[in-house]
Amino acid sequence: MPVLIPRSVDELVEVFQEHPAAKLLAGGTDYMVEVNLHGRKPDIMISLRQVKELTEWSTRASQSRITIGAGVPYADMEYGEIARLVPALAQAARTVGSPQIRAAGTLGGNLGTCSPAGDSLPVLAAFDATIHVIGPEGTRDIEFADFMVGVKRNSLQPSEFVHSVSLPIIAGWQGYAKVGTRNAMVISTASACLVRDSDEGIVTIALGSVGPTIIRAYSAEAWLMKSVSLRAGATLDPSVAEEFGRRVALESRPIDDHRSTAEYRRHAVGVLAQRLLTRSFS
Amino acid sequence: MSINIPVSGQSNEIYSLRVNGQERQVRDAWIGESLLYVLRERLGLPGAKGACEQGECGSCTVILDGKAVCSCLVMAADAVETEILTVEGLGPDGALTDVQSAFLSEGGVQCGFCTPGFIVAVHHLLENNPQPTDDEIREALSGNICRCTGYGRILEAVRTVADQRRTNS
Repeated sequence: MPVLIPRSVDELVEVFQEHPAAKLLAGGTDYMVEVNLHGRKPDIMISLRQVKELTEWSTRASQSRITIGAGVPYADMEYGEIARLVPALAQAARTVGSPQIRAAGTLGGNLGTCSPAGDSLPVLAAFDATIHVIGPEGTRDIEFADFMVGVKRNSLQPSEFVHSVSLPIIAGWQGYAKVGTRNAMVISTASACLVRDSDEGIVTIALGSVGPTIIRAYSAEAWLMKSVSLRAGATLDPSVAEEFGRRVALESRPIDDHRSTAEYRRHAVGVLAQRLLTRSFS
Repeated sequence: MSINIPVSGQSNEIYSLRVNGQERQVRDAWIGESLLYVLRERLGLPGAKGACEQGECGSCTVILDGKAVCSCLVMAADAVETEILTVEGLGPDGALTDVQSAFLSEGGVQCGFCTPGFIVAVHHLLENNPQPTDDEIREALSGNICRCTGYGRILEAVRTVADQRRTNS
């Protein structure tokens, strides 16, 4: 039962291939709670702490995309250049736990855990992010829509790990909103990310904590695009925002659980959608 | 080469952590031990406190490679080759730091259980932001919970240290 600590991506590939049953450990903010409180017994662990390449991010201006390493902690997304390029991701990052949690928890960890309440995930879904993974067969790209396949389940194959995530840099308004039982250090009861690409005249919206996976409200998006202009300078009638919220709520698939009721979640996510769309026009 | 830390709980296994500037050996450990547990139960450093064990209360806050983190959520064996600073290592030879003195003089300590976590978080804040605004203080301490003081005296203690350091600099 060792803790294995590779120092490079190449070493990580090698070690994970040797130990396909090993558990990857990123910031530990989910996994150690399982160990401390829920009787999880770790066997072989592979720590990502010393793989510095995973903590890098970059932009390739020609492609207008930003690529963020799996090991980038939330703290690094809250302010600075990443926050300037993807403000919705910064908003989501700021709602995660406490400063101590945001210093440790990572984007890749959020994807590895793949909880419907993962705060960065609606942002990745709304941006149609691409997940770059590495495994024994080399690298491959998975669209976010194909990555998350169920509650805490993703489509990674044995010995595959998330290397980085890339998303487009979009001109136009974007925002993330979440409802919980209090303001600070809270797991979301419902969340949403809305991106308005005012060059293309497109709005995308993704919902968290209201279904087994992150849900894109594709029908509401299509209805909105047919109903109003979404380009820069357009205006929005409040009744359109209200109807958009109603349609988004219909596409959610919430359940009753210890954190909330399905009825409340459906209502809340509709309100979030209405607010985010209204803000995108103000 | 990858580092391989043996932590099967069997005898004769040793790994080493660098805590408060010293190499400390951890023997016969189990893989699932948190850094908080190892500090308190194996290394005789009980300053960091364990309360929630899930990263909500902040009473176990330590500095790891310059970042304030919850030691209950760090797998101890994964902290090899990092620099760990605990509340015991903040002042020289057991002397109080200016932050600790200000907590006493301003009444920021009542039952005292959360205090070490706050002290570490405040040192980390003032190290990175010597003259924080009230909002910045509140944000920096938002991961530390105190059920006694109502936070007013703690905020006052932080302001006091920031003022003292500005005057003395």
